[in-house]
Amino acid sequence: MAQINVKVNGRAVSRQVEDRTLLVEFLRETLGLTGTHVGCDTGQCGACVVHLNGRAIKSCTMMAAQASGAEITTIEGLATGDELHPMQAAFHQHHALQCGFCTPGMIMTAVDLLRRIPHPDEATIRASLDGNLCRCTGYHNIVKAIAAVAHSGAGA
Amino acid sequence: MAHQGIGARVPRKEDRRFITGQGNYTDDIPVKNAAHAEFVRSPHAHARIVRVDASAALGAPGVIGVLTGAELANDKVGSLICGWMIHSKDGSPMRAAPYAPLARDAVKYVGNAVAIVVAETKNQARDAAELVQVEYEELPAVVDPAAAQASGAPQIHAEAPNNTIYEWALGDKGAVDRAFAGAAHHVGLDLINNRLVPNAIEPRAATAIYDRAEGRFTLYTTSQNPHVTRLVLSAFIGLAPEHKLRVVAPDVGGGFGSKIFIYPEETVCMWAARRLGMPVRWTADRRESFLTDAHGRDHVTHAEMALDANHKIVGLRVKTIANLGAYMSTFSSSVPTYLYATLLSGQYDIPAIYAEVDAVYTNTTPVDAYRGAGRPEATFVVERLMDVAASRLGIDAAEIRRKNFIRSFPHQTPVIMSYDTGDYEASLNAALSAARYAEFPARRIEARGRGKLRGIGLACYIEACGIAPSQAVGSLGAGVGLWESAEVRVNPVGTIEVLTGSHSHGQGHETTFAQLVAERFGVPIDQVSIVHGDTDKVQFGMGTYGSRSGAVGMSAINKALERVEAKAKRIAAHLMEAAESDVELKGGEFVVVGTDKRIVFANVALAAYTAHNLPPGTEPGLKEGAFYDPQNFTFPAGTYVCEVEVDPKTGGVEIVQFTAADDFGTIVNPMIVEGQVHGGLAQGIGQALLEGCTYDKASGQLVTATFMDYAMPRASDLVSFNVSTTVTPCKTNPLGIKGCGEAGAIGSPAAVINAIANALGVERLDMPATAQRVWQAARASRAPIAAE
Repeated sequence: MAQINVKVNGRAVSRQVEDRTLLVEFLRETLGLTGTHVGCDTGQCGACVVHLNGRAIKSCTMMAAQASGAEITTIEGLATGDELHPMQAAFHQHHALQCGFCTPGMIMTAVDLLRRIPHPDEATIRASLDGNLCRCTGYHNIVKAIAAVAHSGAGA
Repeated sequence: MAHQGIGARVPRKEDRRFITGQGNYTDDIPVKNAAHAEFVRSPHAHARIVRVDASAALGAPGVIGVLTGAELANDKVGSLICGWMIHSKDGSPMRAAPYAPLARDAVKYVGNAVAIVVAETKNQARDAAELVQVEYEELPAVVDPAAAQASGAPQIHAEAPNNTIYEWALGDKGAVDRAFAGAAHHVGLDLINNRLVPNAIEPRAATAIYDRAEGRFTLYTTSQNPHVTRLVLSAFIGLAPEHKLRVVAPDVGGGFGSKIFIYPEETVCMWAARRLGMPVRWTADRRESFLTDAHGRDHVTHAEMALDANHKIVGLRVKTIANLGAYMSTFSSSVPTYLYATLLSGQYDIPAIYAEVDAVYTNTTPVDAYRGAGRPEATFVVERLMDVAASRLGIDAAEIRRKNFIRSFPHQTPVIMSYDTGDYEASLNAALSAARYAEFPARRIEARGRGKLRGIGLACYIEACGIAPSQAVGSLGAGVGLWESAEVRVNPVGTIEVLTGSHSHGQGHETTFAQLVAERFGVPIDQVSIVHGDTDKVQFGMGTYGSRSGAVGMSAINKALERVEAKAKRIAAHLMEAAESDVELKGGEFVVVGTDKRIVFANVALAAYTAHNLPPGTEPGLKEGAFYDPQNFTFPAGTYVCEVEVDPKTGGVEIVQFTAADDFGTIVNPMIVEGQVHGGLAQGIGQALLEGCTYDKASGQLVTATFMDYAMPRASDLVSFNVSTTVTPCKTNPLGIKGCGEAGAIGSPAAVINAIANALGVERLDMPATAQRVWQAARASRAPIAAE
């Protein structure tokens, strides 16, 4: 068993889990944070993206034990109370989601993108989404939502 | 209050839970004491099962049970069904073989489930599944539809000699033969419509709970049609009568057809939950999704068109072999027949059409409806032929289409369908103008200066949606009626709950259906909630597929709203002491025409429930239900224009512009409709350029079973789309809605391939048009433009 001590969405948690537990399993099954999704088993789809110490990572390709000591933000921790993060608000305003399954990973990736590159052009936004699959939107409105946040300067 | 009714671009009500991580998908639902299932699957495409030894697995940590096909058969769990009977042209019924939820004697495709392992944790179930020893005797396999009927091909089911399920035909062969004999021009083309994997990003999942005291099941599952699931599990598979089975399809992460069907896994989980006495849950991993979600398309076709000296089409002849995989999935038989050949007239006035379709078994994953279902295949046939004809006859691709458009309605095609309305020239003109078609030659020359081959391609698609008039589909072999139901419950305070048999898995029904209510009663959409996806709440429903939720589902709601309005009006007239004929509903108020007397809708609702002062003989309450059975299919249509640049050195294709002009009839929420088009286009462009489900011909192994091997469209593969609409309201439903969910996937493959073929100066180009294929085609092309 592995001892995991992490801060998740601002709250310190300590749990013992089986050694082979993936970070995404720890979040979903141990902590019940089911907003982070699993859409594949090869690290391609990006539905499981969370922030680890402020950077976007795929929580399906990391052991929970490797994350011990880190600060993690999941989609559940992105808004401030009832106030949506600008990226969440933009996804809503621009209809950047349909079934919603890829959405948490998309939003977490998009927030990280604007942290790294505050004013990306469309080609940069598209290239930066290569690790996130969406089957519903054709990415059109996702790109539009991210560009709108970048334009407003509210992404950070 | 801003306008929220029909036509308003309001953001979606359902978004908040998805953007904050509060969605409620099947795998998110906690169930106390649930055990986890893992399926043992065949690693072979075709083999006899010699024995299954579960002893090592049964001794593994945490294992609760291992159940096999023999035990399933002993418990008399029924076979999965195909619910649409097709008759061959000789009158014989289709040769459907049994599809056991767990294979007992033989496996027919890689991924065929053989046993279920149930353990306390997911990892324990996975570990134990590897310990189940299955001894197989391998048999030769066939995966190619054209090879399946050849003499000497491996025989998959004794019920279907030569692996042939049916040899079906539609149309007048004699008329077509005569048309061809007298025609000035013939063009022919061989086409392959590539097999696709639907790949909803949420994998299929099921959680089955059995209440032994009540003899009652609850099944949470990823379904587009929970009531149809309940019906099949009850009436055919026989697990429980309908009143003892609750099926809940909560938030569902995309379907695209693949979640219509009733699969082995939910069936086996239910049976296992009953046998083992505890809830059993299963969620597919992506490899299982690739192996077991019903695939789409997979046609091999030869098509010929005959034209007269004025370039008018006089006849169309089509021969298709459709691969249905190893077993017949729930609606598989209807896809290459009534959803395909009935659309072969396209947007054109074609006097004679004859189509022959052979459906075959192969040692591959079952094939069924996938976004568009038959209609993309029909559009690909017709629209590829149109371009080849234009090029051979030396006329413009838009001109040959214009010349053949149907211009008067209703129009009876020679292949069953009667189109109610349309204006094909309007959408063609809108698309050509938005795509700056007339200036394309200059762009081609400019691209050549940069060493690029630029091409432009059109597709004028038509589809049949709003599935479907029950009597008509019944006469064609459907095992179910295809109406929809709705119930409108007005609460005493005037808030409204709408119960619908449609199911939203991304389509935004919680918003658009509420907009319909807002339009009629003037209440804000926040005061309307849409209830769906639970057979204990909604009495019945046929679900969501075939772009039917607007045309059929909303028509049912509209009918119930009319009944609510009629009763509310009667009460309002009574309260205002006016004649009912003088009362009108306007902006959420009942008013007595020509006076200042008015009463808001919510006060009428309250009066209905207090029942202190109702018209004589009026029952208290305000709640009405309706079933709506459509009179006809609806016929969305439009024109797509794709412009590409090909790098002749690499064969790489870049889409530089994609323009869509669609006629969906009445549009409830333009923002949502555009989103549906964007998503459909991405799937159609994916089919044309990227996605090719590939089996190894010798072993029958699925070579493309992960996202590393199967190329899903990514953001960088696509462009921002240029979409617009023209409107001819549907004449056969009360709202004028035609449907918009599949158009993008239907029209775009032909537009993309026509554009690349135009760039290269070639006739045939198979999908997916990968860089290798395009490079080879460019090399082989004798057209001067490709010789650089």
